[in-house]
Amino acid sequence: MAVTTTPRQKVGWTTANLVVIVLALFPVLWLLSLSFKTSTAVLDPSILPAQWTFGNYSGILTSYQFIRPLLNSIGIDLIATLISVVLASMAAYAIARLRFPGKSLLIGMALLIAMFPLIALVTPMFTIERALGLFNTWPGLIIPYVAFGLPLGIYTLSAFFREIPWELEKAAKVDGATPFQAFIKVIAPLAAPGMVTTAILVFMACWNDFLLAISFTSTTASRTAPAAMEYFSGGSIFTVPTGPIAAAACFITIPIIIFVLFFQRRIVAGLTSGAVKG
Amino acid sequence: MSTTTPSTQVVTGTEAGRVAGRRKRAPLSEGARAERRLGWMLCAPAVIVMIAVTAYPVIYAIYLSLERYNLELPQQIKFVGFSNYAAVLSSPYWWSALEVTLIITVFSVSISLVLGMLLAQILHRTLFFRGTVRTTSLIPYGIVTVAAAYGWQYAWTPSQGYLSAAFNNTAALTNQVEAIIVIIIAEIWKTTPFMGLLLLAGLSLVPEDLQKAAKVDGATAWQRFTKITLPLMKPAILVALLFRTLDSFRIFDNIFILTQGANGTGSVSVLGYDNLFNALNLGIGSTISILIFICVAIIAFIFIKGFGTAAPGTNLGGR
Repeated sequence: MAVTTTPRQKVGWTTANLVVIVLALFPVLWLLSLSFKTSTAVLDPSILPAQWTFGNYSGILTSYQFIRPLLNSIGIDLIATLISVVLASMAAYAIARLRFPGKSLLIGMALLIAMFPLIALVTPMFTIERALGLFNTWPGLIIPYVAFGLPLGIYTLSAFFREIPWELEKAAKVDGATPFQAFIKVIAPLAAPGMVTTAILVFMACWNDFLLAISFTSTTASRTAPAAMEYFSGGSIFTVPTGPIAAAACFITIPIIIFVLFFQRRIVAGLTSGAVKG
Repeated sequence: MSTTTPSTQVVTGTEAGRVAGRRKRAPLSEGARAERRLGWMLCAPAVIVMIAVTAYPVIYAIYLSLERYNLELPQQIKFVGFSNYAAVLSSPYWWSALEVTLIITVFSVSISLVLGMLLAQILHRTLFFRGTVRTTSLIPYGIVTVAAAYGWQYAWTPSQGYLSAAFNNTAALTNQVEAIIVIIIAEIWKTTPFMGLLLLAGLSLVPEDLQKAAKVDGATAWQRFTKITLPLMKPAILVALLFRTLDSFRIFDNIFILTQGANGTGSVSVLGYDNLFNALNLGIGSTISILIFICVAIIAFIFIKGFGTAAPGTNLGGR
C-alpha cells in the first residue's frame, strides 16, 4: 500500500468515500424524512419535512394492521432461522468433515435451490398448502423459508467449519467420545461464531421476503410486515397512506441497521466465504 | 455407489487388482461405515426439507401445467396435454414479460458489475473510513426490498417526490420506458453492494507484489487492471455474475411495488403471480412457473458450461 499520502490522494479518497456513502444512504434518508412528514406535507417534494411529526409512527405502532404482521414477521423468521441453522449445521458438518457418498449431489442440490425461481414454487405450493390446511398459517411460511435458508446456511457454514481446528475433535475421540459427542461438545462451541453469522444472513433473507408472504397469506393471522404495508389505508379515503407506509418501511429497516452496525465484519465474511473461496 | 460388500471380494486374479484399487477408495472398516452413516444421518433432515419444498412442488407443477384448472371453474378441470404451453408461448403477454425481464436483467447486472467493481476498488484501496464505507454500503443490501421500493415510488410520484420534481415533475412510473429505467435504478442501488463485496473478496486474492512488479515495469493503472486484476478475478466475477443474473431474472418485489406490472413493465414473475392470484388460473400459472424454471436452468447452464463458471461449492468435498 501507499507509504505516504499526498494531499491529492487524500482529497481523492475522501471524495470517493463520500460519493459511496451519499449514494447508499440518500434513498433511505428520503424515506426517513417522508416518515416524519405530516399527512398534508407528504405532498411536498422538499427533502426535509417543514414540520416534523411522530404521528405516522404512533399511528402504525398502535394499529393492529401493523403490529400483528410485525409480530408474525419476528416469530416466523426467528423460528425459520433457528430450524434452518440447526439443520444446515448438521449437513455442513458432514460436508466439511465426513467422507460419504452423495456429498457432491447434496452440494449440487443446495446450489440448485439457491438459484430456484421462487415464482415457480408459488403456484404448486399454493395448491398444496390449501390442501394441507397450511395456507395462511405460520408453518405455511416457515416451511418454505427453512427450505430456502438451507442452501445459504449450508454454504456459509461449511466454509466456516473448514477453518475450525479439527485436531481437537480427534483428541476428544481419543478420549473416548463418539463422533456425535465430539460434534456436540467440542465442535459446536467452536462453530458458534459462524453459526451466528449464518443466522443473521438467513434471518435477513427471510425478513426481506415478499413474494411468498403475499402468496401464502390472506389475513393478518400470518401476513408478515413487508406484505402488510400494501393494505395500509390513510386516515380517510381521500388521504394517501404515504406517511404510515414510509414509517413502517423505516421501522422494519431498524433490525437490518442494527445487524449491519454490530456485525458488519461477520456479514461480509459470511456473504463472501461460500461464494468465492468455493 | 461403489459399496464393496464382502461377497464381491471373492474374485478371480485379474479382477483382484481392480477391486483392490476400489477398496482403497472406499475402505469399509467399521469406522468408515459409521462415518458414512453419520454423514447421511446429518444431511437427511436438510435434504428432506429441500426436496419436499422444491422438487415435489416442481413435479406437481408439471402435472398442473398439463391440466385446464381454473379455481373459478372447478367443474371444468381436465387434462389438456400441452395446450397450456401452446397458449402461453403464443401469447404476446409472455414474450413481452420475458423481454422486459431480460432487459432489466442485462442492464441492471452489467451496470451493477461496473459499479460494483468501482466499489470493490474503493473498499480495497481507500485510505480512510474503510469500516464506515463498508457499513454504509451494506445498508442497501440489507434493507427490505419492498421498503426501498416504496421510497423509490414516492420519490418518482409527481408533486410528491424529489426525483420527479428534479425531472420536470415527470410521472415516470406511468410510462413504459421510463418506468423500466426507474426499476433498473432501484435494482442497481439494491444489488451493487452485494456485487461489490463478492468482487472485493476476489480482489483481495490478487497478489499485491504482481501489481508492484508491473508498476516497476512501467504498466499504467489501466494496463495493470486489464492485464493483471481482471484475469485473476475472472472466477470471482463469473460467480458474482451468475448469482446476480439468476437473482435479477426472478425480479418481483420492485416491480410489484413500483408499477404492479402496469403499462408493459411486468416481469415473468409478475405475470405468473397475476395468473395465479388475479385470474386464479392454476393451469396457466403452473405453465408459466415451469417455463421460468426452464429459463433459469438455461441461464445457469450457459454460465457453467459456456463461461466455465466454477459452480460455487463444487470443490467443497475435495478439502
